[in-house]
Amino acid sequence: MASFTKSLFLFLFIQFCFSILPSSFAQSPTPGSSDGYTIYGRVKIPSFGTKEFSLPAKVSNVKVILNGGQRVSFLRPDGYFSFHNVPAGTHLIEVVAKGYFFSPVRVDVSARNPGKIQAALTENRRGLSEFVLEPLKEEQYYEIREPFSIMSIVKSPMGLMMGFMLIVVFLMPKLMENMDPEEMKRAQEEMRNQGVPSLASLLPGAARSN
Amino acid sequence: MVGQKNLKADKDDLILVFGKGCLHAISGIDGEVLWRKDFASESIEVSHIIQSPEVIYVAGFVGSSKFYVYEVNAKSGELLKNNHVALPFATSGESLSVSGDKFVVLDDVRSKIVTIDINNGNINYNQKQVSDLIKDSSGQAVILPSKLPGLFALKINSQVLLIKVTNEGELVALDQIDNTAAFSNALSISEDQHVFAFVQYEDNKIQLSVKDVNDWNGALLKENLVIDHQRGNIEKIFINNYVRTDRSHGFRALMVMEDHSLLLVQQGEIVWSREDGLASVVDVTTSELPVEKEGVSVAKVEQNLFEWLKGHVLKLKGTLMIASAEEKIAIQKLRLRSSEKSKMTRDHNGFRKLLIVLTRAGKVFALHTGDGRIVWSTTLHALRKSEDCEHPVGLNIYQWQVPHHHALDENPSLLVIGRCGPSVTAPTVISFLDAYTGKELNSLSLAHTVARVIPLPYTDSTEQRLHLIIDVNKHAYLYPRTPEAIEILKREFSNIYWYSVETDNGVIRGHALKSNCIHEIVDEYCFVFRDLWSIVFPSESEKIIATVTRKSNEVVHTQAKVMTDHDVMYKYISKNILFVANAAPKASGEIGTATPEEATLVIYIIDTVTGRILHRMTHHGCQGPVHAVFSENWVVYHYFNLRAHRHEMSVIEVYDQSRADNKDIWKFVLGKHNLTSPISSYYRPEISAKSQSYFFTHSVKAIEVTSTAKGITSKQLLIGTIGDQVLALDKRFLDPRRTLNPSQAEKEEGIIPLTDSLPIISQSYITHSLKVEGLRGIVTVPAKLESTSLVFAYGVDLFFTQIAPSRTYDSLTEDFSYALLLLTIVALVAALFVTYVLSERKDLEEKWR
Repeated sequence: MASFTKSLFLFLFIQFCFSILPSSFAQSPTPGSSDGYTIYGRVKIPSFGTKEFSLPAKVSNVKVILNGGQRVSFLRPDGYFSFHNVPAGTHLIEVVAKGYFFSPVRVDVSARNPGKIQAALTENRRGLSEFVLEPLKEEQYYEIREPFSIMSIVKSPMGLMMGFMLIVVFLMPKLMENMDPEEMKRAQEEMRNQGVPSLASLLPGAARSN
Repeated sequence: MVGQKNLKADKDDLILVFGKGCLHAISGIDGEVLWRKDFASESIEVSHIIQSPEVIYVAGFVGSSKFYVYEVNAKSGELLKNNHVALPFATSGESLSVSGDKFVVLDDVRSKIVTIDINNGNINYNQKQVSDLIKDSSGQAVILPSKLPGLFALKINSQVLLIKVTNEGELVALDQIDNTAAFSNALSISEDQHVFAFVQYEDNKIQLSVKDVNDWNGALLKENLVIDHQRGNIEKIFINNYVRTDRSHGFRALMVMEDHSLLLVQQGEIVWSREDGLASVVDVTTSELPVEKEGVSVAKVEQNLFEWLKGHVLKLKGTLMIASAEEKIAIQKLRLRSSEKSKMTRDHNGFRKLLIVLTRAGKVFALHTGDGRIVWSTTLHALRKSEDCEHPVGLNIYQWQVPHHHALDENPSLLVIGRCGPSVTAPTVISFLDAYTGKELNSLSLAHTVARVIPLPYTDSTEQRLHLIIDVNKHAYLYPRTPEAIEILKREFSNIYWYSVETDNGVIRGHALKSNCIHEIVDEYCFVFRDLWSIVFPSESEKIIATVTRKSNEVVHTQAKVMTDHDVMYKYISKNILFVANAAPKASGEIGTATPEEATLVIYIIDTVTGRILHRMTHHGCQGPVHAVFSENWVVYHYFNLRAHRHEMSVIEVYDQSRADNKDIWKFVLGKHNLTSPISSYYRPEISAKSQSYFFTHSVKAIEVTSTAKGITSKQLLIGTIGDQVLALDKRFLDPRRTLNPSQAEKEEGIIPLTDSLPIISQSYITHSLKVEGLRGIVTVPAKLESTSLVFAYGVDLFFTQIAPSRTYDSLTEDFSYALLLLTIVALVAALFVTYVLSERKDLEEKWR
């Protein structure tokens, strides 16, 4: 019996492939079969390709996975996929496509009401009226390197240190110049008495010249 | 499914597909199923489908001696006739179709060849003794599955007999080929010319011959070639042809070797080869590279003087821009070889290592972490097919000897454990390998079986690690077999514990060594063990689906964990701790087979020394598959929640409550604290466990945790997703202390506000935009640099990277601008001199004043 229904599905699938169905959400009306329904669906990847790092979506690289690896299906060039002989129950379908984030889909295959499949995205609990799976978002695997700018160097700790040193070296003497010369002399004398070395005496050559 | 295609492009192009006992006829024009015929009720093992424009014959055995032929109308699928013949003996092996309507099969004692001829639905059979065709027919005869028109090949011992089936069904021995390795199928090169190839061993060489099926005497091609011994025997050969410039036919042959490598042979040379054995990695370990010293290199990378000169001339050419394209490639190769990353010596940071992988074919490869090249590869003698060991399988690879004291003059070695055949009762083979050269140091075929290998935390004076091999008859065998090892084991006799999991019975047992084996022959390296404890799970409600324990070599930095309120929690850190996940038997299958009402997942954390259940937890409405990882005092596991119909991940952290009251300072002053009391595995501390669960979007194939040298760096979980990517997720996201509104202090500590699902940040995929196709496992190894962990993921693809879970806080990042640093130094020095000159001048002026 199983093989018979399977063959029917094959037949149906081929028919399905060659006829234009208005809805991609189809279900085999197998009369009297207790095990095995067919889940049809479609994966739609918008081919923006305008963003810098997005790779062209290759249909052959997309996998559709049933129940965490129980079965794997691939897409036809037009994005359709199908799983045959799926028993009634609640199943999980995941779409794997590099560069896109898909929500897993909860699929209820009804046993009481053959021909009825309900699907809902598990991430946001949104029900699907048509079994068309679209990515929730694009994935950027790389961080974008910040462009080189003078400001980033200046703002870096080393830049700040250099800036401070420049201020000390070039602005401080200017400040000193504005001071009263006599007061300055006194301060310098005081400094000498205390033995605080000046910048010049710090350098070996200067020390010798003193 | 057996596909059967009509190759002679008929007007209606009927495609016959047989599968699951049903024959389908599909139109080749539009793919429509024209008719189907069910054979499932006939209990026939259909082996042949013969197609002719009018009728289709479906033939096969019912049982082992009744041969049935069904005649089916090709247009309608209507059953026209069925016919059968009962052979007076049973048959063995597959029947082989020789030409259109003739089959050959051997009888059950393999002494007779039966030729079955179905002429227009009438079955005739002939039989002939094998001994009539060949003088020495003492061995087992096997019909090779090569499809040759009008011929078949019969293998007896190492000889192959080519037998022609005449139109009358007579068997004529054509030729006898010695030392044959493999036969190809027939290839049709023109209307009436069919050729086939075979290979023979000849001393060190192998000979490839291509012959015409009908013209037996002349060979179209005869080539000798030398193939590396490491590749083993030739398993399969495929040929295809091309037309040479002189319009004669040339042939190229694709050979599948015993080590699962592929070779393409053309004109007596190996054009290319691929190591496809690497697609089936069984186990991984790592080895340090040699310490840098004069004259040490693993494979002789460089070099005699001439090579050295040549290299420099090339480089000179490169800098003068006069190198040709080929030379440029050579320069690139040289650069890569001499670059820091791919050196064959140990580096300061411990980034360079050898990844030693054991493949299913029994070949061991050493891969360099710098550029992934194969440093050496060895087909293990112990894991080669032989008469004693027909289907050897490699099981595990361990580090056997890691020299620290004599790192300069001793090479580390590895232990490979295998088994002769897939069943656990097959005898064990072990092999020792040099990790730098890949040379097999020793190999042993052991009399006992292997159920489990336990590397013990003890090494002997030559730094060989002690290993216990547990067999299925409840004996433990000690390796290495030296008196010193016995001494060490005797000393630690009462400190060795292990556990065993019996998944079928739902029992976990704890074991300890008892005494020497009582055999007729005294073997002091053999021990019997006793059961210390056992936990029996109720089989009607629980079934063991996953067990995980801590890695034995994991380093934990600190036992204390400071909470936000300056409280201290003590992690319960024990090596003897086991995580067990049990599912309800009804829900132990795959997703979609159980309802939430009948599914429960029960989690246990068990101490494997005392058998005490430290923690038990039930997840209602959840089921497996469970993937888990245990590290320090926490376990993270992934399972499926049927109620929400989403995957979930949970974390359990275990804390030691008995140390919690050490906070009182007076106790320290008075010396009443128990911090100095020895920690013992027999001791039953008070345990508290904290747990939290989160949703996780994807199905998972493997979970690992990063490991670092000292265990200071925070941890990241490495999750191999169903999309064959590896996601690095901070452990901070799986922290039971997460709350909806963390206080300011908690936020400062780095506690993330609680969300119902774990975030998947696409930048934290460590595989970036790559995929590790068919991902099966992730291995992490600490680098010497504390911040960095090395990650190796294997499947059909192999992937290696180094990651820093808390960024590289102990080294400069790769994009650190050394130029800017130099520039700053130069600028500072210049400024120093300028200011010096200026201040000198000013000083002078002041003196003149």
